[in-house]
Amino acid sequence: MTENVPAVPEPGADSPGGELIATRKGMFGVRNGGDTSGYGGLVRRIELPGASQRPYGGYFDVIADELEGALEEQGLPVEAISAYVVYRGQLTIHVPREHLVRVAKTLRDDPALRFEMCLGVTGIHFPEEAGRELHSVVPLLSITHNRRIRLETTAADVDPHIPSLFEVYPTVDWHERESYDMFGIIYDGHPGLTRILMPDDWLGHPQRKDYPLGGIPVEFKGAQIPAPDQRRAYS
Amino acid sequence: MTVIDGSVDYEADGESADTGDFQDAEGIEGRVFNVSGGDWDEILTGLQEAPEERIVVNMGPQHPSTHGVLRVILEIDGETVTEARCGIGYLHTGIEKNTEYRNWVQGTTFVTRMDYLTPLFNETAYCLAVEQALDIEDQIPERASVIRVLMMELNRISSHLVCLATGGMEMGALTMMTAGFREREETLDLFEFITGLRMNHAYIRPGGVAQDLPPGAVDKIGSYIKLMRKRFPDYAKLCNENPIFKGRTEGVGHLDLAGCMALGITGPVLRSTGHPLDLRKSQPYCGYETYDFEVATWDTCDAYGRYRVRLTEMYESLRIVEQCLDRIQRTQGQPVMVEDKKIAWPAQLALGSDGMGNSLDHIRHIMGDSMEALIHHFKLVTEGFHVPAGQVYAAVESAKGELGVHVVSDGGTRPYRVHFRDPSFTNLQATAAMCEGGQLADVIVAIASLDPVMGGVDR
Repeated sequence: MTENVPAVPEPGADSPGGELIATRKGMFGVRNGGDTSGYGGLVRRIELPGASQRPYGGYFDVIADELEGALEEQGLPVEAISAYVVYRGQLTIHVPREHLVRVAKTLRDDPALRFEMCLGVTGIHFPEEAGRELHSVVPLLSITHNRRIRLETTAADVDPHIPSLFEVYPTVDWHERESYDMFGIIYDGHPGLTRILMPDDWLGHPQRKDYPLGGIPVEFKGAQIPAPDQRRAYS
Repeated sequence: MTVIDGSVDYEADGESADTGDFQDAEGIEGRVFNVSGGDWDEILTGLQEAPEERIVVNMGPQHPSTHGVLRVILEIDGETVTEARCGIGYLHTGIEKNTEYRNWVQGTTFVTRMDYLTPLFNETAYCLAVEQALDIEDQIPERASVIRVLMMELNRISSHLVCLATGGMEMGALTMMTAGFREREETLDLFEFITGLRMNHAYIRPGGVAQDLPPGAVDKIGSYIKLMRKRFPDYAKLCNENPIFKGRTEGVGHLDLAGCMALGITGPVLRSTGHPLDLRKSQPYCGYETYDFEVATWDTCDAYGRYRVRLTEMYESLRIVEQCLDRIQRTQGQPVMVEDKKIAWPAQLALGSDGMGNSLDHIRHIMGDSMEALIHHFKLVTEGFHVPAGQVYAAVESAKGELGVHVVSDGGTRPYRVHFRDPSFTNLQATAAMCEGGQLADVIVAIASLDPVMGGVDR
């Protein structure tokens, strides 16, 4: 039987296809116990789009050239940008956290780039992506050139530190507080990283995937619908 | 330090104003006065006993003039505000987390409840993001896009009307309130006629809109435009040159372009600095590039300028609605949902003798004619469609600024993560910059000119 099951790499390992975020078995959300669907042997790799190759298309190549040139002038290593991902006509620049502030400052100040406006921070939690469980995504808008890009930085669950962009974009003040509140990402250098939406004495970070949604079953006459997070999922 | 707690204390203990040294709570020292009606003289006497220069006032979260459950922590010196901080989170409902446990179509019913004054912007932004993730944004029928634009512009009018109405009320201009809500009611009547609901519509769906405009909608919207063209000038007559209104708003809540850029402020607040940034022009969606309208700006950077920008935008929205009507008549009978039957919602609604309900033709088709249609209906409604793994960001120009939606999919039938960049949330960060150094009474005007809606701020 096992010869038909594809070899499954550990989540988090680099794969040529894309960024592996999870591996799932079976179907119809059956996580434990017997799978009566007949799909028990099915193994699926859940991958996000991986790094793109040049040309990226449109103005993305101009941005990549300008950014790389400007970073080289500042003496930053090539690894300051780990990947360019183009997906659905949108560019995401993956930046290791130690270079995030310098890259963002360059994107803001370089006359050919001029990303003046920062549009907040989105935290994402991929519990199965070992070593990069927490993602912090920052969309940027250049009003001068009318362009959009995103910066993506990751951190491990055991060391959830990402440098704060507050010095570069003061608008991320509340957004980083929200991301800390909901995901537990600690933004180093933030002037007052406290909870913003949840009460100050709240335990846990509610939007992490290991934090339950909660809820109670819905009672009907003669029937009961389980709480939303207990219902059958198809993904 | 003296702390005055403005929240209402319903405990009837006979003593209306408690004074005493406050030592229970950690971090608060000095005297606390609980103001719950009663005798101000007692408080004044208490203050005079120990004259202190710094007073901290908790305005809200139940204060009627803070636009919902916003808590403003003000440090005042006489009438001058020396420090202003916002406390938010009183309306946090966990909508973003909840969407992760429903399928992609059900997401619209959640996101529409975020900023409850701009439900149709929330729905459109979410649907544009889902459509981009599905890579079907080119397949949206023209009529669906026209209806979306029509609904968004009507929604812009109703949202601006609430801003003017409540903002006016908080300054004591009660005529603004009665007039603004009267006109908003007309807009909500249109929404009810078209979507079935005054708020929380879930009308715009991934792939198009839930159903076509009902018969008679064009006439109704036409008479609405006529009525509004008659009534909007009244606002200008009432306020534009009103010395009291100008005295309360001119130079209040000053925030210039550099401040807006640093704080990420968008929408009418940014346009009141003279910068014509409007996503409908700079990065058009839903075919906005084909409509004829102007971006309203003002150059005073203050609350008065923001009022003028909103007023002008209401006129421009009427112009767009008018252009939509022509197109709606031209595209009569065309589809309002994508052709792809793997995405389009299979259930159809129809007007029956007992009101709107499931279309009998559709029920007859799936129950009597076609087993495949029944399976298809069942799969799509219970399971939903799959969205390829990846992330996208879509933005629309809502009534309050850039409303961005960041959607992450893991390839499943439910969103992996939905994040809303709500303009109210970002704009509210400007409170300190606008209020510090100003008068206490101007805090109300400055916050009203930001037009924050706590449903959007806290989500």
